[in-house]
Amino acid sequence: MADAPHIPDEAETRARWGAFAWTAENAAQAEKIIARYPAGRQQSAVMPLLDLAQRQVGAETQTQGWLPVPVMEYIGRQLDMPYMRVYEVATFYTMYNLAPVGRYHVQVCGTTPCMLRGSDDVFAACKNKGLVKGATTPDGLFTLTEVECLGACANAPMVQINDDNYEDLTYDSMSAVLETLSAGGQPKIGPQIDRQTSAPEGGPTTLKEMVSENHDYRGDWA
Amino acid sequence: MTDAPAAPAPFVGPLADSDRIFTNVHGFQDWGIDAAMKRGDWDNTKALLALGQDAIIDIIKASNLRGRGGAGFPTGMKWSFMPKESKDGRPSFLVINADESEPGSCKDREIIRHDPHKLIEGALVAGFAMRARAAYIYIRGEFIYEAKVLFAAVEQAYAKGFLGKNACGSGYDFDVFVHRGAGAYICGEETAQIESLEGKKGQPRLKPPFPAGAGLYGCPTTVNNVESIAVSPTILRRGASWFNRFGREGNRGTKLFQISGHVNKPCVVEESMSIPFRELIDRHCGGIRGGWDNLLAVIPGGSSVPLVPAKEIMDAPMDFDGLKALGSGLGTAAVIVMDKSTDIVRAISRLSYFYKHESCGQCTPCREGTGWMWRVMERLRTGDADLSEIDMLHQVTKQVEGHTICALGDAAAWPIQGLIRHFRPEIERRINERGAPVMEAAE
Repeated sequence: MADAPHIPDEAETRARWGAFAWTAENAAQAEKIIARYPAGRQQSAVMPLLDLAQRQVGAETQTQGWLPVPVMEYIGRQLDMPYMRVYEVATFYTMYNLAPVGRYHVQVCGTTPCMLRGSDDVFAACKNKGLVKGATTPDGLFTLTEVECLGACANAPMVQINDDNYEDLTYDSMSAVLETLSAGGQPKIGPQIDRQTSAPEGGPTTLKEMVSENHDYRGDWA
Repeated sequence: MTDAPAAPAPFVGPLADSDRIFTNVHGFQDWGIDAAMKRGDWDNTKALLALGQDAIIDIIKASNLRGRGGAGFPTGMKWSFMPKESKDGRPSFLVINADESEPGSCKDREIIRHDPHKLIEGALVAGFAMRARAAYIYIRGEFIYEAKVLFAAVEQAYAKGFLGKNACGSGYDFDVFVHRGAGAYICGEETAQIESLEGKKGQPRLKPPFPAGAGLYGCPTTVNNVESIAVSPTILRRGASWFNRFGREGNRGTKLFQISGHVNKPCVVEESMSIPFRELIDRHCGGIRGGWDNLLAVIPGGSSVPLVPAKEIMDAPMDFDGLKALGSGLGTAAVIVMDKSTDIVRAISRLSYFYKHESCGQCTPCREGTGWMWRVMERLRTGDADLSEIDMLHQVTKQVEGHTICALGDAAAWPIQGLIRHFRPEIERRINERGAPVMEAAE
């Protein structure tokens, strides 16, 4: 497949990541995760541990992180799973990066609800800033991926960059988000227009008491 | 007057604020446990549990709550399929499906990030009613902030003694765990979700055995949608008859509608079931962009249901049966509105790409068919096709539909069938217009 990730050379990967081990903090977190599942069912922890490992790799490389083969082997040993079972999971789910990504992983939703509200403009803003789908910019700052519905359709179009959502985007506001990130800043997370989460723009049509106080509606129960 | 009194017309909205379950749906106020308790969550949950398992299931049955995840299966009946006692020592599990990935759907997200304690209290009540040992909430991986809130909210509930040993002082031990997915739409299918929870690829299982017999770790399991679980404590508090006040017969209750696309103000809003489409859009979304004459078509229940043309949907009741009568469905009540500026073939083709991307690859008709259907849809989009290929595409959708383990094959087929049913002249126009110059050149 043309858009398949380019997995780095194995010898280089082993040299760099062969000695991967949890940080003290993540080792404790891994134990906590495994304890969520019944004894003998530790394989259930493979997904959260892959996520944790990707984040640790990300912290070490100043990127969103990815999953080198030795890291997957390390998780397999911890969970007493064959490496191939770990690899199956890592390749099945889209959130595990099988190849290095940039500092910011720009995941633009292109599915129909976002398309209807202008995701083409969001892609155009990315293109104008030099981002290319499926690739990382030469400065290592941005990787652009088109993703499928991220579940914020009432705030379309939207993009998820690392852990944060930017919603209700236009060409201009998406350009501004990328510019702020390029300059080392933190853009405002959430809707980029004057709007409270998924309430209608301009103010809610329901439950208006909640805007100013934590109203208890039980007094009005008929 | 000798005639028997006619049945009163059903209430179809607008809903009064006092009848809304998710009062913090827009997150104006704090999601934390103290604020949630002031809004009425965790209010003497012990008394709800004291009703007893069978009474809780009977109330949910009597409320006529139908599952909010799309299929609309009666929730109380689903709970009653769980074993009343374990004959072989296997525990039972409740799995709560928060893998909200259906294009158009964004309601579970609002529940989890703004009203998480309704879900957690519901997990306890439902888990108790079905005699489960624990609940696993499977939240989609991309809901990173929402998962953080949920983890924290569960910890708050433990800290108050509402979960864990002797939950809420009821004498019942119950745990709630959160499990994050990692970006696979198919894990919203209940058996794929169970596979994923077990640490495997999310590929659906053949049924039977059904999860109520052998689900998570081979134990009896019920998989319920977030909204179905989160409304249950309020139903118990206010009674089945309260829930039955809203919506038409067989379609009772309140519902979170999620309106996206070409309306003036897209939003998520809780309304009465069966609310007419026009009322829903005019009251909460500021109308259709460009006015009602500019409406082209609506996908009323998330990407998996066929689209409905403007004139058929305008005054239709938004409920399971009303939309089924239009050849579509309520699904998750994810309403995708398209005005006349929409390239309708592209809109559906993009959904075909979605299903191609999300097919788990297990069944051949789906694995091969979704890619094939998408490629033909892309040619229809540009008109680079022969008129006979429209019927061929329709025939292939029929060969995928119903020939796969799970419903993803059906979900990929239905939007295309809906497009051909309602917009065949538009597809033909594109083919003819593109074909015409070629024929001229050949002369």
